Amino acid sequence: MTSFLTDLFSNFWVSLAGKLLIVALMIPLVGMVIGFAEMKLSAKMQARVGPYFAGGRWGWAQLIADGVKFFQKEDLIPAEADRPVFKLAPVLVLVSTVALLVVIPFGPDLIFRDLSVGVFFALAISSLSTIGILMAGWSSANKYSLMGGLRAAGQLIAYELPLVLAVVGAVILAETMSMAGIVEAQVSAGYPFVIFQFVGFAVFMIAALAELTRIPFDMPIAESELVMGYLTEYSGFRFLFFFLAEFANMFTLSAIAVTLFLGGWWLPGIPDDVLAYAGPLILVAKTFLLVFIMIWFRWTFPRFREDQLQSLAWKVLVPLALANIAITAVFKVVLG
Amino acid sequence: MIEAPKRSLPGMGMARGLWVTIYTMVKTIFLPGKHLATVNYPVVKETPVPRARGVIALDQEACTVCMLCARQCPDWCIYIEGHKEEKEPDKPGGRIKVRNTLDRFDIDYALCMYCGICVEVCPFDALFWSPEYEYSESNMGGMLHDMDRLQDWLLTVPENPALEK
Amino acid sequence: MVLDQDLVRHLSESSVSVELETEDMTLNIGPQHPSTHGVLRLVARVDGERAFDVQPVIGYMHRGYEKLAEVRSYPQITTLVNRIDWVSGYANEVPFIVAAEKLLEIEVPERAQYIRLILTEMARISSHLVFMASYPLELGAPTPLFFALRERERVLDLLEGVTGGRFHPNFNRIGGVKPAYGSGSSTRKVIQDLPAGFLAETRDAMDKVTVAVDEINSLVAGNEIILARTKGVGVLPPEVAASYGVSGPNLRASGVGFDLRKVEDYLPYHLFDFEVPVGENGDCWDRWHVRLLEIRQSVRIIQQAIDGIPSGPLQAKVPKVIKVPKGETYVRAENPKGEMGYYLVSNGAQGPYRLKIRSASFSNISILPWILEGVLIPDIIAIMGSLDFVLGDVDR
Repeated sequence: MTSFLTDLFSNFWVSLAGKLLIVALMIPLVGMVIGFAEMKLSAKMQARVGPYFAGGRWGWAQLIADGVKFFQKEDLIPAEADRPVFKLAPVLVLVSTVALLVVIPFGPDLIFRDLSVGVFFALAISSLSTIGILMAGWSSANKYSLMGGLRAAGQLIAYELPLVLAVVGAVILAETMSMAGIVEAQVSAGYPFVIFQFVGFAVFMIAALAELTRIPFDMPIAESELVMGYLTEYSGFRFLFFFLAEFANMFTLSAIAVTLFLGGWWLPGIPDDVLAYAGPLILVAKTFLLVFIMIWFRWTFPRFREDQLQSLAWKVLVPLALANIAITAVFKVVLG
Repeated sequence: MIEAPKRSLPGMGMARGLWVTIYTMVKTIFLPGKHLATVNYPVVKETPVPRARGVIALDQEACTVCMLCARQCPDWCIYIEGHKEEKEPDKPGGRIKVRNTLDRFDIDYALCMYCGICVEVCPFDALFWSPEYEYSESNMGGMLHDMDRLQDWLLTVPENPALEK
Repeated sequence: MVLDQDLVRHLSESSVSVELETEDMTLNIGPQHPSTHGVLRLVARVDGERAFDVQPVIGYMHRGYEKLAEVRSYPQITTLVNRIDWVSGYANEVPFIVAAEKLLEIEVPERAQYIRLILTEMARISSHLVFMASYPLELGAPTPLFFALRERERVLDLLEGVTGGRFHPNFNRIGGVKPAYGSGSSTRKVIQDLPAGFLAETRDAMDKVTVAVDEINSLVAGNEIILARTKGVGVLPPEVAASYGVSGPNLRASGVGFDLRKVEDYLPYHLFDFEVPVGENGDCWDRWHVRLLEIRQSVRIIQQAIDGIPSGPLQAKVPKVIKVPKGETYVRAENPKGEMGYYLVSNGAQGPYRLKIRSASFSNISILPWILEGVLIPDIIAIMGSLDFVLGDVDR
């Protein structure tokens, strides 16, 4: 049986179809799991019960029910909206999330495509969503959406820089840009990079929160001011795309942070042959820890005003990241 | 009188906020039911206090169609119709007793403000408060409770609560 | 207020065009909006994110209280009046009844006055807790909402235990508080006094409210993001506040230590020992903090009142059908939102001839065009939330 499967999957087209299927299924699944986790955790933080009735006493079917509900809604497009742009925007945002999954190493040999410039690819693709959000805000023919879209453009472009610069420290320590290579560097060094790159890790996490437009950086959505910002006119399955994309993006950005700073699929003390099977589980566990921290921050803090947000990015995070790079480079040259 | 927030390390305020949230989460998960902000209705129902103004109950026998409640209602949501009935005298040659009888006593709960003036001014102990609250309908017509339905609410009228010394 | 032609043109603009105007944009905030505390419409001319001409448009919730009061009797108006500021229901009834009692020249019994005072302070705690719940929500923090509302439930349960209604107690009667269940031979004997266990439950609830307020304070007040959003935002100088007629915690946060509870005698506040919190800068943070301290002072008053409540009748001797003699009077009270006043003109009938209601929020939001000049749009929301108005109070 196993030899039949190995022969089957050594065929290029079959393995390609398998990989596509896994990637296509992972995004809704991960989105739903994280969405459900957010609902339940936020409820517990606010001394409530959370979803209860959908699916027994735990409410695990709540997001499936929500997904079905969104699908069967009427597809409303405002009369004065720019139709092709309006329809394309959620697709663009979702595509950038899906493409990020390609370079995340799930185990010692489990990576969809090990690009030699994996980090560069990941950061470049994740900034595609900025265009998607701006398209959504502009094409909705609604002043609130426009304001949300413009705020988003400013915020996302500003926070690209700290995101990128924070990663450079880890790349210097690993001497390679390939994602699998960075994890291997941490394995051979024996410690995760966060021990020396804690500043880079903190800057990356803050910039990731801003890239996801989550509270405390959710000025573009700003539910109490702009009703939903650039998402105001979206309903039905288009809104579902944005919704899933946000949760799946939480997962992928956290997975990138885990890979670069926390050691990826590796835990010290576990033998190599176990890691081949336990690797994905370890990665997912670490990612969910970071996702929990993101949820925790979202339900505790209020949101920044956009000029405070911008000054935080330009005046605090970018100098910190640059200093981090300089110090890391000096230590790398001096200590080898 | 207002004191400025104490000068502390930058980030301490946010850290304190994070502590409150995580502490609430742990308390809610591991000590369920202790301090929830919400009640998981309809699995768990809170019982209202005895004096709660839920619905008005009518004792038809006691009503003499004096129309005081209908007149005093700020919304005029009580609709009363009655007629005079004559009863045979007790002894032959005695007075014919005339009694007011209710034909119709409707309270439109879609208009009712739950103020209690009708209960308060009734001189014949015919109207009572009951804390029942689950009588929502899907159409407005169902919010008009007629005589018999109001009589049925009488069964849910609680004992008057004991008073503070 | 005279509207200039440009503004009229902007106000009548009904379609939304997709092309960007390169000059200013007219943004309609409301009437349906998550943060306007009701149906308030702000017509804002914005240049990018900076608003430079904000005109509030009110009247979407006008219910005609003063006209309704002309054709109703005093008990019926008491029912209507606690729906003006629906967040603090009980506090709206008290000055109206005190105005009628002043014209009748009745002395209210001690126990009734104590009960009125306790319930008014509970209404104040309830209203300020709603502020503590909704203001961080407007700034983006969704969690204090549940903590504050959980504590408010305790206070509302206490109110319900005494009066039967949570938001609209309808418990005041001319001459005191509601004495009996009804007017029939047996219901007349059911005294509507405080139910058993009220004093112990109130003490317990006040302790829990204090703990919860401290918890919300630590969650919110030291938070650097909240400080950055509210400190120095929406500064209201005391002269401007006084000239616009702002009252209540907004005025006290600007530094004017004026509290009607210390000045007027509609309720026996002089028997109790409490402080009046006064702010320094008049920004949004001070308005938050003044209300937080006022909750603590209200808890203090209630604890003193409970310890010293006298026994006695609940209502003075009044005839069955009350006709208030001819005259006119104005009674003002310290409502949670500010100064609420009733100008009562009576000509001897069962209801007033004319009732004029001076509501706190109407004067409080008259300051909006002045204070929202040249602020960013997120600050508009922060400032409006900190003024703590309710549209029912504005429009009546």
